[in-house]
Amino acid sequence: MKKTLLAIGLGTAVSMAAATAAYAGTLDDVKSKGHIQCGVSQGLPGFSNADAQGNWTGLDVDVCRAMAAAIFGDATKVKYTPLSSKERFTALQSGEIDVLSRNTTWTATRDTALGLNFAGVNYYDGQGFMVRKSLGVTSALQLGGAAVCTNTGTTTELNVADYFRANNMKFEVVAFEKSDEVVGAYDKGRCDVYTTDQSGLFAQRLKLSNVNDHIVLPEIISKEPLGPVVRQGDDQWFNLVRWTHNAMLNAEEMGITSANVDEMLKSKNPAVLRFVGKEGSFGENLGLKNDWAYNIIKQVGNYSESFERNVGPKTPLGIARGLNALWSKGGIQYAPPIR
Amino acid sequence: MTTISDEPSSKVSFWYDPKVRSIISQLILVGLIAWGLYALVTNTIHNLERLNIASGFKFLSTEAGFTLIQSWIPYDKSATYLRAFMVGLINTFYVAIVGIFLATILGFLVGIARLSKSWIISRVATVYVEVLRNIPLLLQIIIWYKILLLLSPDKRGSISILGIGEMNVTGLWTSKFIAHDGFWVTGIAIGIALVLAWKVSRWAHKRQDATGQQFPSFWAGLGIVIGLPLLVFFATGSPGVIESPEFVSEGPMLRRGFKTGVGFVFIPEFLALLFALVLYTATFIAEIVRAGILAVDHGQTEAAGALGLRRGTILRQVVIPQAMRVIIPPLTSQYLNLTKNSSLAMAIGYPDVMGAGGIVLNQSGQAVEMIIMIMVVYLTFSLVTSVFMNWYNAKMSMVER
Ligand SMILES: N[C@@H](CCC(=O)N[C@@H](CS)C(=O)NCC(=O)O)C(=O)O
Repeated sequence: MKKTLLAIGLGTAVSMAAATAAYAGTLDDVKSKGHIQCGVSQGLPGFSNADAQGNWTGLDVDVCRAMAAAIFGDATKVKYTPLSSKERFTALQSGEIDVLSRNTTWTATRDTALGLNFAGVNYYDGQGFMVRKSLGVTSALQLGGAAVCTNTGTTTELNVADYFRANNMKFEVVAFEKSDEVVGAYDKGRCDVYTTDQSGLFAQRLKLSNVNDHIVLPEIISKEPLGPVVRQGDDQWFNLVRWTHNAMLNAEEMGITSANVDEMLKSKNPAVLRFVGKEGSFGENLGLKNDWAYNIIKQVGNYSESFERNVGPKTPLGIARGLNALWSKGGIQYAPPIR
Repeated sequence: MTTISDEPSSKVSFWYDPKVRSIISQLILVGLIAWGLYALVTNTIHNLERLNIASGFKFLSTEAGFTLIQSWIPYDKSATYLRAFMVGLINTFYVAIVGIFLATILGFLVGIARLSKSWIISRVATVYVEVLRNIPLLLQIIIWYKILLLLSPDKRGSISILGIGEMNVTGLWTSKFIAHDGFWVTGIAIGIALVLAWKVSRWAHKRQDATGQQFPSFWAGLGIVIGLPLLVFFATGSPGVIESPEFVSEGPMLRRGFKTGVGFVFIPEFLALLFALVLYTATFIAEIVRAGILAVDHGQTEAAGALGLRRGTILRQVVIPQAMRVIIPPLTSQYLNLTKNSSLAMAIGYPDVMGAGGIVLNQSGQAVEMIIMIMVVYLTFSLVTSVFMNWYNAKMSMVER
């Protein structure tokens, strides 16, 4: 009898699991729970990093904060899930997080076979190498015979194998799941080379015991377009993420900043009025209120503000805009218009 | 089920017949489980489809594209995901086998030491057991790794580790034996020697049982196992060489250090994992051994003492053989624990089956498939262990009777 009960219990559990797996729109879901669950890194200064009080900041974090500002009119309505490079996709696929904003490279496999969608590129990057100055190496092509430290489950570990093989150089990859282990092992001399996205090199470099003993080599060996990711099959949510990013770029292009956005409400420029929600129904079309973009800029700022605050020349990372400048300023950041 | 209800009774109606009821309820149970499994599988497949996630095991034959730091089988740029998984599986076996061997030796020594008459020895053993048993294993693994990296000289230096080899941050380098054509004869000789040694010890046991005469079967066996293969090796013209690691101390910085592929290297990731697993598991084995020895009736020791046997002989010939019966079942489960615990390897980048499988999972995105494969591996380990234990218990209870 006990066994029978058990079996019935099992049966119901299974069918209930089937019922809850039924699909709910992510936006409705997020609105009803009152916050966005945002997948971030376990600590990458400038991109997603928590301070001692547990406050998250960074370029990737700003994507989630901007989404919260657009949805709730309150950029603080975000909860963060720190994920290793290895855990991130499963967390998104299984619905543990609503959006993954974690220096993640847009690749064909991830975009197709994994059932994911990349909603844009918030940082154009490429893979680089860092070595000890004492090695006397000035180019990546001199790295034959090197031991290379990097993260598992990344595009990085694939690129590095391709690169060394293509150039007929011997190499050995020591790969760890957690970045702190990678940096630690490199710092203690287990590897001659540390490789990851160049932005990551600038960020992780700050964790080394003696920053000035290391140099970043000039070669960039790959394309790493990093951007926020969502699950396939929820176009409304996908649109929201994509247009949140586009709004930040458009604001920069139109000169709308967190400081002047209130004045912009009285602007004569129709494009600006559409942006801040005085004209048109762009917010409603996204399932939001029409002041969505106003809130993003008011609370988080435009792309330039976010960039300068988190990774720009005045921060410890000291990264120049480069490829990430607007298309009108020599870069390739280009957002379709809001109209 | 009582005998009364088993008696045929015409008064009980069909539905109240306990036999019928039990059959029906079992059928329902089987049906429900089958339905549950069916629902689980179809539901999973349906969900994967809905989420647009590719499924099936076809991906195993695609190129892996990533490298693994340690591999016992050829693993080059055309290696597939399946091969990467196999590399991981073999790495798990490797650390498990070496770990079990060392943990057993250390565990027995410490277990016996805890019962030592010497206060210092038993105290030291107790402190070791109590401290290491209570520190989480993951922490121990990471600490060992940090210590190894910190204490080892960098890539361009080395220190010698007595009797084993040379060590630096890239690992512990030692010589390796390279067999040439014709070594197979020596291989066969090793096999024959092992069988011979076993026969000798059986014969010596029988003779001692019958006549009471002793024979140094251990030394004889050792002599055979070492001597015969050596003899054959030289007789067939020494088909093999010993290759020592090669240290380069000049030239460009990057080329200095031990030459990859020359000699044999225990990478620091392996060493740290091994140390941690051995030191941790040995504490449990020590307790099992201690309990096993204490379980042997004190009268046995006294009786053996009365016969005038020395302490060491009593331990080896009287106490341990009897203690083994108590020791072996829990010992087997410690072996299983060690093997399962080795999956913590990924924390320090040792590519075991969990680590390599995890990378495959991540790069291919085939989570369900990879989890199934990894589960099958660990389930097999568990089942094999329990089959062994059942067999052993059955054998032992027969002897007791
Ligand atoms: N962009 C690459 C690499 C991403 C990656 O995991 N980078 C590491 C090194 S910069 C990282 O984010 N570490 C921070 C962490 O693990 O939390 C990818 O998407 O595969």
